[in-house]
Amino acid sequence: MNYLKIKILIVLVFLLFHSNAQSENIDLVNKISKNIRCLICQGQSVYDSQSDFAISMKIAIKKKIQEGYTENQIYDYLIGQYGEWISYNPGFNKNTIFLWLLPILTFIVGGWLIFKKTKFFKL
Amino acid sequence: MKNKTLFITVIIFVLFCFLIFLKGLNNPNTYVPTKSGKQISSFNAKKLFNNENINIDSLFIEDKIYLLNIWSSWCGPCRIEHNDLIKLSKNSSIKIIGINYRDNLSNAKKFIKQLGNPYSEILVDQDGTIAIDLGIIGVPETYVLDKNKKILRIHIGPLNSQILKEIENLTK
Repeated sequence: MNYLKIKILIVLVFLLFHSNAQSENIDLVNKISKNIRCLICQGQSVYDSQSDFAISMKIAIKKKIQEGYTENQIYDYLIGQYGEWISYNPGFNKNTIFLWLLPILTFIVGGWLIFKKTKFFKL
Repeated sequence: MKNKTLFITVIIFVLFCFLIFLKGLNNPNTYVPTKSGKQISSFNAKKLFNNENINIDSLFIEDKIYLLNIWSSWCGPCRIEHNDLIKLSKNSSIKIIGINYRDNLSNAKKFIKQLGNPYSEILVDQDGTIAIDLGIIGVPETYVLDKNKKILRIHIGPLNSQILKEIENLTK
């Protein structure tokens, strides 16, 4: 009888860990697919879209997670397949230098203008 | 003097921003394939008619031009381009490999029986993940490859007579 109880307990613990791992995987699939552009949709992420492309993409991301890919490896893999355009979070490179630097430049120039014009700083 | 310098600085900065946004507007706002010149990755898939597992590498043996055509029975444009594929299949320097994408297998078989089979082999991609591994966005899409699986051209959408000529010119 005790032996049976132990067996049931082991199965329950296994199921608990298994479902936990699965929900973590689903969370990661959702997180990644929110940062990936649906290439055949108008302004939708893969997460938001129900197109065949988006459904296939979600399955492919899930498979990569099961194969042991990290989040960054999956982004690299998808950028390798489809180019930088697929990512909503492009990396810093020669094509995106202005994208990243312009807000900082605007902030600096704007700050300088305010500094020059505001009487508060002259006090 | 100070005000003049400030004014010129602001004008230069606004012009700079304007030029960057203008450059951005010139870039296409849609997906442009980036895989031309690259080699497609190896994958295993099942054959449509006998369910046998096969590696794509085993199909690239002869010194020919290879077409990797992604199609589905539910895809209207695939039906339109099918006649062009039949014409191309008569060229002995071209080998066409079909990848059946997210399809009902019995419908796919009916499609081939009704319209003819231009493919030397048809592989099945039931969940669409092979297409993702290949960098494909939908159906129909055709990769023109050499013997080493290097991508020579990518055609998104149905083939037409102009593209057929371009493909046939590659074999000359």
